[in-house]
Amino acid sequence: MSRAFLALLLRDLRLAARLGGGGGMAVFFFLVVIAIVPLGVGPDRPLLASLAPGMLWVALLLAALLTLDRLFQADYEDGSLDLLSTGPLPLELVAVAKALAHWIVTGLPLVVSAPLLGVLLNLPSAAALPLTLAMLIGTPALSFLGSVGAALTVGIRRGGLLASLLVLPFYIPVLIFGVGAAAAASGGFEGEAGRQAFLLLGAVTLASFAVGPLAAAAALRANLR
Amino acid sequence: MTTSDLRLSARDLACERGGRLVFESLEFDVAAGEALVLTGPNGSGKSSLLRQIAGLLEIGRGQIELTGGDPERALGEQAHYLGHLDALKPSMSVLETIRFWALYLGGSAAAAQAALDDMALGDLADLPVAYLSAGQRRRLALARLAAVPRPLWLLDEPTVALDQASVGRLRAFMAAHLAGGGIIVAATHLDLGLGTAKSLRLGAEEMA
Repeated sequence: MSRAFLALLLRDLRLAARLGGGGGMAVFFFLVVIAIVPLGVGPDRPLLASLAPGMLWVALLLAALLTLDRLFQADYEDGSLDLLSTGPLPLELVAVAKALAHWIVTGLPLVVSAPLLGVLLNLPSAAALPLTLAMLIGTPALSFLGSVGAALTVGIRRGGLLASLLVLPFYIPVLIFGVGAAAAASGGFEGEAGRQAFLLLGAVTLASFAVGPLAAAAALRANLR
Repeated sequence: MTTSDLRLSARDLACERGGRLVFESLEFDVAAGEALVLTGPNGSGKSSLLRQIAGLLEIGRGQIELTGGDPERALGEQAHYLGHLDALKPSMSVLETIRFWALYLGGSAAAAQAALDDMALGDLADLPVAYLSAGQRRRLALARLAAVPRPLWLLDEPTVALDQASVGRLRAFMAAHLAGGGIIVAATHLDLGLGTAKSLRLGAEEMA
């Protein structure tokens, strides 16, 4: 069973590397959004610095949403999903493998690029490390919660927008605690509050690990039949 | 895999698609080493029946049972389903594709290579699937059946796009599976050359 899981994970990573699209496009979108913020807000450096953690998180959420729609759809359209469901791996673990692959391909590059793009927003250097850490903890939740939306809309042509509408409300806890964790560390509020935000962010991610695959598999089953 | 008491049976089976009753009170019995050929006009429910057996479509009423198989595994996990869609990724090579499915479905990488040779695809192993012809794609989909042994084969128009030589190869391949104690349920318009096959005609009422 673990061999099947690994085979599926490696196939998805390989496909993503060959086709491009996914991760690279998300990072580029992230870059463009962050680059235009100073144009909209104006070159007020203290203002940009205070906006930076929030703007980076919002742009990261949108970039992650952008790549969700193909998570299951490609496999659904070419019949792979039918065969995946006749394998020894339960659909729940299929969903885990695909969400994990999505995180490695899009979540991780976004996290790595965030502190670099922070420079464009005059992100305080003290905040760069905690922000990146918060994103590292929070982004898996985006992939695992997102997989539910992608699974629900798998049969709908151009269902990406609908998936975004369905998923975005569930991203709000990640956003709130993620920004809280970063702001606390950059001096917004001290000590205990920041630690709590980190713990709550971790709790959201762990909850998404537990709930996401179950819900995604249920949605896939409903769509397959 | 040669479980001689293997038996696939359906009792009082019904299928409803989009509010329309496709078929009802369908019954059949297929034992190890036997093939069941589904015939009938378009829309008579041949594909739906195969998907029901594979567990990919809801069973409206009645039941499908595989006795003598592995009680630990669901019916769909003991079956190869070959549908209209090939489940192939254009950017993966022929060998990568069959390797993935062999590993995923519980076979071995060595069997994957042998399966390609069985389907006369050995020379194309490094070619991306995007460059295959329709018939070659079909053969690659069929190679999955050779790579991982499973007792029950569900074939939906297996000969589509195949040339004469490939159809001949498929016939021998299916005969070998039956001789090994397997079961084949196939929907087809062509004679598959399975001499002893049982046949089930769907949608007969509509024709009358």
